[in-house]
Amino acid sequence: MFAAKPVNLRNQQVEGLFRLLFGIMMVVLIVPVLMIIVMLVYKGGPAFSWNFLFTFPTDGMTAGGVFPALLGTIWLVVVSLLASVPLGVAAAIYLSEYAQQEHWLTRVINLATINLAGVPSIVHALFGLGAFVLFLKFGTSILAASLTLAVMTLPVVIVASWESLQAVPRAFREACWNMGATRWQTIRQVVLPNALTGILTGIILQVSRAAGETAPIMFTGAVFFLPFLPAGVFDQTMALALHLYTISTQVPNVPESLPFGVALLLVGMVLIMNSTAIMFRMYLRGKKKW
Amino acid sequence: MSGQHTDAALAENAGDSLDANWYIDKLFQGVMFVCGISAVLFVLGIFAFVFAEGAEFVIKTINWSQFLLSPRWAPTSDYNPTYGILALIAGTASITVLAMAVAVPFSLGAAIFIAEFAKGRTREVLKILIELLAAIPSVVWGFIGLAIMNPWIIETFDVPIGLNVLNCGLILGLMAAPIITSIAEDALKAVPDTYREASEALGASRWQTTARVVLPAAKNGLLAAVLLGVGRGFGETMAVLMASGHSINLPSSVFDSVRALTATIAAELGETAVGSEHYQALFTIGIFLFTITFIINMTADWIIRGSKKG
Repeated sequence: MFAAKPVNLRNQQVEGLFRLLFGIMMVVLIVPVLMIIVMLVYKGGPAFSWNFLFTFPTDGMTAGGVFPALLGTIWLVVVSLLASVPLGVAAAIYLSEYAQQEHWLTRVINLATINLAGVPSIVHALFGLGAFVLFLKFGTSILAASLTLAVMTLPVVIVASWESLQAVPRAFREACWNMGATRWQTIRQVVLPNALTGILTGIILQVSRAAGETAPIMFTGAVFFLPFLPAGVFDQTMALALHLYTISTQVPNVPESLPFGVALLLVGMVLIMNSTAIMFRMYLRGKKKW
Repeated sequence: MSGQHTDAALAENAGDSLDANWYIDKLFQGVMFVCGISAVLFVLGIFAFVFAEGAEFVIKTINWSQFLLSPRWAPTSDYNPTYGILALIAGTASITVLAMAVAVPFSLGAAIFIAEFAKGRTREVLKILIELLAAIPSVVWGFIGLAIMNPWIIETFDVPIGLNVLNCGLILGLMAAPIITSIAEDALKAVPDTYREASEALGASRWQTTARVVLPAAKNGLLAAVLLGVGRGFGETMAVLMASGHSINLPSSVFDSVRALTATIAAELGETAVGSEHYQALFTIGIFLFTITFIINMTADWIIRGSKKG
């Protein structure tokens, strides 16, 4: 009985030591990033103003605002959303509501989704160039760039939608079938409304991802500089992420605050969207009655 | 799903007419199926289109021993254009290895902390932080390498240029860490609590349980997490383009500038004429990248599935 005590004490010390070690490892991962964000705010904050957001770049992009890039990013995100959301949600519906879980085709679709998410962004760019710009003859345009982004972010929508569809209890569907509803009526009237908030979370994450991507749009529709705003989906556009690359590597004599301001704007947009998605998810989890 | 034929049979047996709803149901089933296989079509499409653009180079022009073994990448040379990707592979490999050396221990440590040691609110907050870190765009990371890490490295290590393997490896490590952490945490969470309870009932401490029971049970998932981190590092483009120095080199120290496979495509594709030899060579690098990441992803999936069965 008493002989066990020193052993336990030692165990406790070892335990404490490891807890500390892993805790430190956790902190080491997070602190540099927080420092970087603080630095972005500190150096990029002063660049922020209405003028920064709503005027054109001037003096060979060494001064002025980011309006065309901001608007271009909105164009790209909205058009890619229009393509990837219906496709991704429908794919998730197929996987969740129609496909047999052990079927080989389901397995192949899941593998393809994983691989689509893992393909390097620059390979997506090559695909976009080959398929949308050249083969479908969209030219370097918002349409081609957005479709490239849509293909790239499709797995985000599929996975998030699939998870929220799976979270709807099977009993809901069975109750509906028993009323004589067809499979589609059940999905439309019962499953989708209950999964909507979860799907919305996936859409927000898609937007966040698409807004930050640079490589896939470089050769498919985004350009370094345009003196006018795009008028339609067949025009080229500037984009915020590419603008950050341009003014920090391609343009000489840019005052430091300008690229820091753009970086801060990008990080701010992405973090706000992802936080919103996380809050949605937490709200949903708290609200769920089943 | 299984009801496709029985639905029709039932409807006829019951004497129902196949009304509009039945046809609408079938129509949507078809639409959903087509969308469902879209991911497969896109993966095949990516391979087909990238291969189609690079095919001529792969079949006719390529000199395999030169392509894979020459460190000389000089596609724009007037008298002797050479397409050797060895230096680019070395660049990508050196960056990825350093990134993993940084990211793997810390990510696994962090994952163990979140899954086994942290409780309640702390755990939730840490998970959210990790998720937010994963969302920072790669071009912003590249800019951080350029504007923050570069002067820091020059000053701290007294080297002439701060855009090098060290800079890029650290940046890539920070980028890959949240991904490895969250997948590793999932793998640890997948170990049933009954294992932990059984171990603690025998008097083992939390650490003993983690080291002797949870980690061995989760090792496949952890391995997959590391592999997916490697895949991420391998395929990263913008951050690597901006922070690596982008000069062709077989690196001999972490302070050498290097050039990566992905960055080469990003930097040069805009300047090549469609269909030219150089253009096709860049697509051939694309095929190479696609193949490697495909293998990495399949292996990771295979490992995870293997662990679920066993």
